Amino acid sequence: MNKIPLTSISKPTRGAVGKTGFWRSFKPVIDQSKCVHCLQCWLYCPEGAIKRTGSNLMTVEVDYEYCKGCGICANECPVKAIKMVLEE
Amino acid sequence: MGKLEAGGDTMKITIKDLPIKEYMLPGNASCPGCPASLGLRMLGKALEGKFILVVPACCSTIIQGPFPKTSANFPILNIAFAASASAASGVAAGLEAQGKRDVQVVVWAGDGGTADIGLQALSGAAERGDNIIYICYDNEAYMNTGIQRSGATPYGAWTTTTWTGKKEFKKDVPLIMAAHKIPYVATACISYPLDFIAKVRKAAEMRGTKYIHLLAPCPPGWRFPSDKTIEVGRLAVLTGMWALYEIENGIFKLTGPSIALLDKSKRKPIKEYIKLQGRFARMTDEEIEKLQKYVDEQWEYYRALVEMGKAKTQE
Amino acid sequence: MRKRMPSQSNKNGIGGVNMVQSEVLTGNYAVAYAVKMSRVQVVAAYPITPQTTIVEKIAQFVEAGELNAKYIRVESEHSAMAACIGAAATGARAFTATASHGLLYMSEMVWWAGMGRYPIVMAVVTRAIGPPWSIWTEHNDVLAHRDSGWIIFFAEDNQEVFDLTIQAFRIAEDEKVLQPVMVTLDAFILSHTASPVYMPDQREVDEYLPPPGGRKLPYILDPLNPLTHGNLTYPDHFMELRYQIARAMENAKQVIVEAGRKYGEMTGRYYDHLIEAYKCNDAKAVIIAVGSSAGDAKDAADYLRNQGLEVGVIKLRTIRPFPVEELREACKSAKIIGVVDRDYSYGYGGIVHGEVKSTLADTKKPVQSFIAGLGGRDITVKDFINIGRRLIEMADKGVGEQPPIWVNLKQEVIP
Repeated sequence: MNKIPLTSISKPTRGAVGKTGFWRSFKPVIDQSKCVHCLQCWLYCPEGAIKRTGSNLMTVEVDYEYCKGCGICANECPVKAIKMVLEE
Repeated sequence: MGKLEAGGDTMKITIKDLPIKEYMLPGNASCPGCPASLGLRMLGKALEGKFILVVPACCSTIIQGPFPKTSANFPILNIAFAASASAASGVAAGLEAQGKRDVQVVVWAGDGGTADIGLQALSGAAERGDNIIYICYDNEAYMNTGIQRSGATPYGAWTTTTWTGKKEFKKDVPLIMAAHKIPYVATACISYPLDFIAKVRKAAEMRGTKYIHLLAPCPPGWRFPSDKTIEVGRLAVLTGMWALYEIENGIFKLTGPSIALLDKSKRKPIKEYIKLQGRFARMTDEEIEKLQKYVDEQWEYYRALVEMGKAKTQE
Repeated sequence: MRKRMPSQSNKNGIGGVNMVQSEVLTGNYAVAYAVKMSRVQVVAAYPITPQTTIVEKIAQFVEAGELNAKYIRVESEHSAMAACIGAAATGARAFTATASHGLLYMSEMVWWAGMGRYPIVMAVVTRAIGPPWSIWTEHNDVLAHRDSGWIIFFAEDNQEVFDLTIQAFRIAEDEKVLQPVMVTLDAFILSHTASPVYMPDQREVDEYLPPPGGRKLPYILDPLNPLTHGNLTYPDHFMELRYQIARAMENAKQVIVEAGRKYGEMTGRYYDHLIEAYKCNDAKAVIIAVGSSAGDAKDAADYLRNQGLEVGVIKLRTIRPFPVEELREACKSAKIIGVVDRDYSYGYGGIVHGEVKSTLADTKKPVQSFIAGLGGRDITVKDFINIGRRLIEMADKGVGEQPPIWVNLKQEVIP
């Protein structure tokens, strides 16, 4: 059993309130063929749920474990490469 | 890395200047589309985690998540509602007394904990010139307790304690802070994150009390869909409802898109901002007219400040 | 005023001839000198009568370079405690001082420090709460905070004020405690009255106290080891955190005694008990007093003993942690106990009386409440003599507890 610290201090943890991906009703889907790698979606995601991948870290991918489906990325994408799709 | 000299242009920072590392870990407790969560993420990138954050009671208290977990990859001192500025003064003094000089002390407080219950402590810290960066992220009501009005709520806005719209105008905290003659006062908007980051970095290079007021449009509180946060903030600036400026050692300068808006014809009518938000839905045409006039008068005041700033620079 | 005898183990007398210095100091200045010698690193304080000369003296020390501390001239007491919490959270040694309304204004943050386990030391000059305004001594202000997780000491004289302030840092910062400590002194009687105070050598204090700041506490704020203090805690976890504080306050009893013993070895003045039991061994009646009036109570006991009346006095040095075991032990022979409260809980009675009574409940001995000295009215040796006589009379006649007796109340002016 993990012992508690001697006072109310907390440690940095991913998913502090769980896998917030469960919150969403709509999920963003990135059409990589349209993406111009401007990184606006990465910049504006309040959750930091857009990952930068690829050899030069300019490819963007959604972290569906934590994405809350707010839709800001889709709204801000200058080339409308992201669509909000109803979750099954 | 995009470090900024004091006096530099705040729009010079680009996305490529930002570290990839996340200092706010995903899976926090914020609402979808939350500007405070985004703001903390930007703050982390601005100072690369080399700071101690003091957080009074506000949405960001909850956003951290519950014990024993936290979303913040930097130290946070949670403190009582009215006490953020003085607790930060204490943190700064404690660090200095122990010879730790390379850690910033930053307050991250809501508009309630700044304009209302926290104003006294903030004013005291500013008068003493305590070495802190005080950031007020302003969602224009006591959001954490359920959207009650604050001194920073704008005229006409619905809140749970102003059901027919607030009858008073927004308290101008940045100019109150400027009257304390502190070395740096700035306004920012979450829709212009690079401008915000540049201002944070500029503040970090100065000694004394630095104040940054960040507009943070709140989807559940302002009544707009969660994907419009950035758009609403952008319109706040483009209609002139919110001006981006900095006052560095007493010299007032508009920044970014606000520079062009001294020309009234370049400002969009505030109606374009208001119509996006459910909290203004009940406003009558008369009230909107009154608010438009108020905004225009405010900009004449800014014009005078800009002129004064230019004159001072020429001295 | 009772003299403290030098310990037998210290053959040089009080503190040793070569190393001791003495000054004639008011209680407030005694606090200031102790703060200086304790190498406090951050002081944040707001002036309030009758504490003002504490913060003034400390400001003088800082500006003269005698105390290397950051002095934050805060704009309110609430901010004073908030600043101390901020400083303590970085590992720095922090101090503040206040009284009465200042303490009440600071209340929220006093609780924050206690429940947050920040080892701050605070001097409180006990003063009545208004309205009406009063600047004289009363204990309600301090006692109103007895639940907040602070260790609370009441000093009898200026020497004890000085000694306690130094011990307070050692007790607060002890790993088994890590709770803030209040050292209280009565308004004007101690705060503004001067008497000789013997002070140890700076080197001795440096050895007695841990080095200030940079503590290896696991919870200090540091970007290299990011932690969050005090975030939202669900019912699932809250009780265990509070239990740790309760346990720390129990540990404090032993830590206080140990710190007091160590202090005695250094200076010849021992503080290795939570109470001072004076002539209680064979007492028929025991008077319990708190704060500066304890000295007068002891003088009264001497007088009454000379008259053949077996009266003893218990001075409660700590209110928290409440000295349950020592109190029960010291009251063993007494047939009756009298508690003199310089406070009142409106709608209940004397606060200390209530706590003593519940501690001794199973002994079935009558515990008589006396309310005295509210708003700074003098409690004289004569008053204690009368109290002692009254208690003996009650014990001899087998009279049980009466309603609280308000000492020197001018009944005739009350409509």
